[in-house]
Amino acid sequence: MGLLTFKQGVHPAYNKKKTRNKEIVDAERPEIIYIPLQQHIGAPLKPLVERGDQVDRGQKIADTDSFVAAPVHSSVSGVVKGIEKVNDSGGGRVEAIKIEVAEEDKNHFMEPLNAKPEDLDPGDIRERVREAGIAGMGGAMFPTHVKLAVPDGKKVEYIILNGAECEPYLTIDHRMMIEKGKEIVEGLKLLMRATGASKGLIGIEDNKPDAIRTLKSLVSEEPNIEVKETETKYPQGGEKMLIKALLNREVPVGGLPLDVGVVVNNTSTAAAVYEAVKLGKPLIDRPLTITGSGITKPMNIRARIGTPVSEIIDQAGGFNGEVGKVILGGPMMGKSQPSLNVHIVKGTSGVLVLQKHEVENFSPIPCINCARCVDVCPTNLVPTKIAKLAELEKLDRLEEMQVMNCIECGSCSYICPSRRPLVHNIRIGKAEVAARNKSE
Amino acid sequence: MQSQDLIVTSSPHIRDKSSVAEIMWSVVMALLPALLAATYIFGLRVLTVVGTSIATCLLTEYIFQRVRKKRVAVFDGSAVLTGLLLAMTLPPSIPHWVVVVGSIVAIGLGKQVFGGIGHNPFNPALVGRAFITSAYPVIMTTWTFDGVTQATPLNLMLMEGEATPYWELFIGNIPGSIGETSAFFLLIGAAYLIYKNYLNWRIPAGMISTVVVLSWVFGQDPIFHLFAGSLILGAFYMATDMVTSPITKAGRWIFGIGAGAIVIIIRIWGGYPEGVTYAILLMNMTVPLLNKYTRPRSLGEVK
Repeated sequence: MGLLTFKQGVHPAYNKKKTRNKEIVDAERPEIIYIPLQQHIGAPLKPLVERGDQVDRGQKIADTDSFVAAPVHSSVSGVVKGIEKVNDSGGGRVEAIKIEVAEEDKNHFMEPLNAKPEDLDPGDIRERVREAGIAGMGGAMFPTHVKLAVPDGKKVEYIILNGAECEPYLTIDHRMMIEKGKEIVEGLKLLMRATGASKGLIGIEDNKPDAIRTLKSLVSEEPNIEVKETETKYPQGGEKMLIKALLNREVPVGGLPLDVGVVVNNTSTAAAVYEAVKLGKPLIDRPLTITGSGITKPMNIRARIGTPVSEIIDQAGGFNGEVGKVILGGPMMGKSQPSLNVHIVKGTSGVLVLQKHEVENFSPIPCINCARCVDVCPTNLVPTKIAKLAELEKLDRLEEMQVMNCIECGSCSYICPSRRPLVHNIRIGKAEVAARNKSE
Repeated sequence: MQSQDLIVTSSPHIRDKSSVAEIMWSVVMALLPALLAATYIFGLRVLTVVGTSIATCLLTEYIFQRVRKKRVAVFDGSAVLTGLLLAMTLPPSIPHWVVVVGSIVAIGLGKQVFGGIGHNPFNPALVGRAFITSAYPVIMTTWTFDGVTQATPLNLMLMEGEATPYWELFIGNIPGSIGETSAFFLLIGAAYLIYKNYLNWRIPAGMISTVVVLSWVFGQDPIFHLFAGSLILGAFYMATDMVTSPITKAGRWIFGIGAGAIVIIIRIWGGYPEGVTYAILLMNMTVPLLNKYTRPRSLGEVK
């Protein structure tokens, strides 16, 4: 009792034991990689290379003039083989630069910015974050430099690092906090400098006591940084939930954390910011957890961006048993894949493989108004009602019921004893409301 | 590696284990102690009444689902629960054919005409009970206890102003409906359901506290009103019927408080000695409005 948290939420089986104590290992170099041109929310990129070009590890290979975008870099040295359409993890198709991997890597990094965080120009840090192509590594892939650009009239008081890792199965943020704690804290200082935030907080669920200890000892000499222990409860890592838990502030409906003086970043993103500034290394690889009953050797692994998911599965010993689902991300918000012909991108926090018997399709039966969805919704919506309105396409009523405040965490579908696809229908309702409002 | 046949659905990819059937069967389980107590107090006839009621409910449910070409799901626990609850509200000496009529009305008019599980506005068991109470008032108010026809404690209070000892009321060693008499065993089951999170505690809390407070305000004995009659059975097992009670927290409070107030109005000023059935049925009508006007404030919403 007394632990920081938000109201409501669910307690799924966490299933983190298989990988929580396993050190992150480097994945083997693939022979071919595909670097998708869209690995962020925002404007599409234009390739800077063409077929036959020689590229090096860390070299920028696509960019745009648009502000809301994150450039991509080659994660290997090799030869560009062309630009092809490939599956993206969201179920669509995306253009990707195909690179044949060379025998040896040659680094093509940026110049490190060696001054202490407080001596660096905030604009230089933001520029570096953009040039490094950093986008939210928790899964949302929103370009990080955009979050750091504080509009006139707004003030950032707190940078919150999200180390909650509330998705079941995933342990990569956990491992990063233990293995790369120093980088994370340095990255936090850079994020604070970039936004002018005076305080930094790191929120971690209490099921990771070793990570809490490690980071607490690392920040013991830092007067402006605090590690906060939260209750273990899904979706504690949701931005709005974390802000509510740590600061008791509520992000206004339709607003941003910035409206309450906060910017939230993932812990792995902070480590990437550190590498970009201090080592000049762009975001070209990322750590992730590969796990689940359908994987022979669950592990934490650092993979190059663009590595085919099938190769990562091979390195984890391949499939185990009769596989039902391959999910990129966690079981609550991750996306199930129709094929293994998809690639690791900046937001891929995990590859989760579940056996068939665990994911047999449940057929929905009528809602019995048990209100379990109402009782767990972390943004205090009435999911069953909203899902029905979405099916009926009652857009005005949907807006009245605050459908846009849904964070799509899936707690309602998870808890529903009638197995109704609540969040699925709500997502569709949200999209329809958004589309209508845009066209008006 | 070769690609296997992968299942693709939208998230989430894991589900809580509880199902509608599990919830319904848990409520059935929770009622068993009170049923056993009733069998001990009133005799084995209780079991034949309960058996008749459950069997008729299942058969009615089956026929409706077949005729309407719906998925036959008679063993999802809901029809068994309706049958059991209906039987719990009946006098132990009731003729079996009346039980059959009540059960057909409960499932047919109370549930299936609205489209089956999840769609009915009124508690089906109470619809059945209300029907046979109006149709056969004498049968429904004849209470046999220890082989003799007697008045229930509420009747004694209404007609003679005579109180029954608290301990007899609490344990249930009194004339009354099969399932309403033993508060003690009903509460054991309710505690189990609250522990499993299958019971909205706000509704019984609102309903019972209102009955206690109002009976005290109007100069009556609150403890008597608490344990005489079917308040405990109604508050914990009927008013909390998920399908027919509000889905918001504030709505559940108002629903419970409203039902409690109606119970007291009927008991003190009404023609019937007991008012739990009608209190709940009347509040069932308010559920859509309650849901509409008690929508919770969403996180970050300025209302």
